Amino acid sequence: MAKKKSPASKGAAPGNGGTGYKWPDEGFTVIPDWVYTSDEIYARELELIFEGPTWNFVGLEAEIPNPGDFRRTHAGARPVVMVRDADGAVRVVENRCAHRGAELCRPLSGSVKEFMCPYHQWTYDLAGNLIGVPFRRGLDGEGGMTDDFRNEEHGLRKLQVTTRNGVVFASYSDAVEPLEDYLGAEMIETFDQTFDGREIRILGYYRNTIPSNWKSYHENLKDPYHATLLHAYLVTFGLFRAGQRSAMIVDEVGRHGVIASARGDEPEIKAETRELKAFREDMVLQDGRIMDLVDEFEGPWTVTMQTIWPNFIVQRELNTLGTRRIVPKGPHAFDLHWTMFGYAADDDEMTRHRLRQGNLMGPSGFLGAEDGEALQFVQDGLRHSLPSQAFIGLGGTEEGTSTSPISESALRSMYRYYSEVMGLR
Amino acid sequence: MMAPENAGAVQPNTAALREFRLEIEEFNVEYARVLDEFDLVRWAEDFFTEDAFYRVTGRENFEAGLPVGLIYCEGKPMLKDRAFAVLETTTFAPRYLLHMNSNARVTQVGADEAIHAQSNYMVLETLVEDKTRIFQAGRYLDTFVRQDGRLLLKKRDCVYDSLIIPNSMIFPV
Ligand code: FES
Ligand SMILES: [Fe+2]
Repeated sequence: MAKKKSPASKGAAPGNGGTGYKWPDEGFTVIPDWVYTSDEIYARELELIFEGPTWNFVGLEAEIPNPGDFRRTHAGARPVVMVRDADGAVRVVENRCAHRGAELCRPLSGSVKEFMCPYHQWTYDLAGNLIGVPFRRGLDGEGGMTDDFRNEEHGLRKLQVTTRNGVVFASYSDAVEPLEDYLGAEMIETFDQTFDGREIRILGYYRNTIPSNWKSYHENLKDPYHATLLHAYLVTFGLFRAGQRSAMIVDEVGRHGVIASARGDEPEIKAETRELKAFREDMVLQDGRIMDLVDEFEGPWTVTMQTIWPNFIVQRELNTLGTRRIVPKGPHAFDLHWTMFGYAADDDEMTRHRLRQGNLMGPSGFLGAEDGEALQFVQDGLRHSLPSQAFIGLGGTEEGTSTSPISESALRSMYRYYSEVMGLR
Repeated sequence: MMAPENAGAVQPNTAALREFRLEIEEFNVEYARVLDEFDLVRWAEDFFTEDAFYRVTGRENFEAGLPVGLIYCEGKPMLKDRAFAVLETTTFAPRYLLHMNSNARVTQVGADEAIHAQSNYMVLETLVEDKTRIFQAGRYLDTFVRQDGRLLLKKRDCVYDSLIIPNSMIFPV
């Protein structure tokens, strides 16, 4: 049991990033409640993480194939527009008019020649430059902008943009490192297995609000322990089972991760597994196609779930593929935007296979729904009870990559990194 | 904005169509009842043809012609697998659900006697110690066929307007 503590050594300790919060002395085997519940911490996260020197996932190039195509999306918590410029480049601009702040792009997607704000009709080109202001010179010699008004000073806020094999990232920071350095070689290897340059076909979208802190979602996907316990579909059908070859891979910095497993790579089902609630010998599928695996990827794993800090998940569960974008909504909730995809070269049967297998994931997925529920349980628990802290002592104090699923090593790495970025130590 | 299929079709006011509509309304009342009672075994067994297609998807996908489904079932066996998973193995918070449907209308009767119809639906969800909320509002786009005298769904596309799902959709709609 975690020790009960007062709101987490809160006090004017030095090195607390100005928040008044300091990481508990026990280190990274505990997580104080306030990282999930404090408005002050949340505001600092937006500033230092989502709007700091990180790469936010915004979308896929396949969503905007032609010049003028756009999609409303988010970089961190902020609404942005991802658009294909006339020259073919991908731009990401803030969805906020430079005049009086109106959100100027309202449809989810579409195609335009330029952006016109609906309020006073300021117009912007596809790169976000201001190109037109109605009545700029006033009317009958009166009113209008003064002579020193410069279009260049009143464009939309432009984010840094980078792409890799059709995946679009944006950053608010000019100081952010190149994406390849940001991800590191090990993460790129997994990333490139899914995004290997093949043309992508969008299959559709899901969105849901998970009433939990955004970090809990990273934790969930850095937590192989739960995968061996919570999900009957994983355990029973051997997608993720203790005793199987699996790994929780963590990048050098501790912020990104891949939870990976190899189905069928198991001499026999362990006695411990047979005793689990989630192991259901009586579960026999009437239609087994959902578990079919078409071998189409490099590498040893049948499942890789990759978390890319701070807002991106790449899902490869057998043949069901998707991106997930975390949109934080305060300390107690985040939206999850799922984009399911296949490859342009898929034939009809392969597409339908991906769609059938899609029943595993998403807000109504056999796995996805359970994760959403579990995360709500967590937030409800720590939001309403006496302030305390979580205990993450599986695997002792080891950090980094772990080959045992019964370890919370990746969580400790993540919080070491987090506490540093947040100035909590 | 694109309208659902057949939305523009004028419904001839004939006695036969009125009969169909009444029959579909009765079907939907019963369908809502089994879902209210979480009786997914009946849901999978009693309302669909063996080869039925059942999908729940956002209006955004439907209008863009994107094929994905939150739930995507090809055939009764997949419906039964979902029923088993939800009832026997899925971990979720306890809840009450109320299913409403209305505005049933026949949009077209095909040469093969398949009846194309649509209706509106709404699901109210109540979690323990929480307020009742509108969980989902949408439309059923259906194809019915008659087997042994009874109408059965050959296709039910549940297209929801409520694009942001409140957390998880545990039960089909
Ligand atoms: S707020 Fe956009 S033009 Fe005035
Ligand atoms: Fe999970």
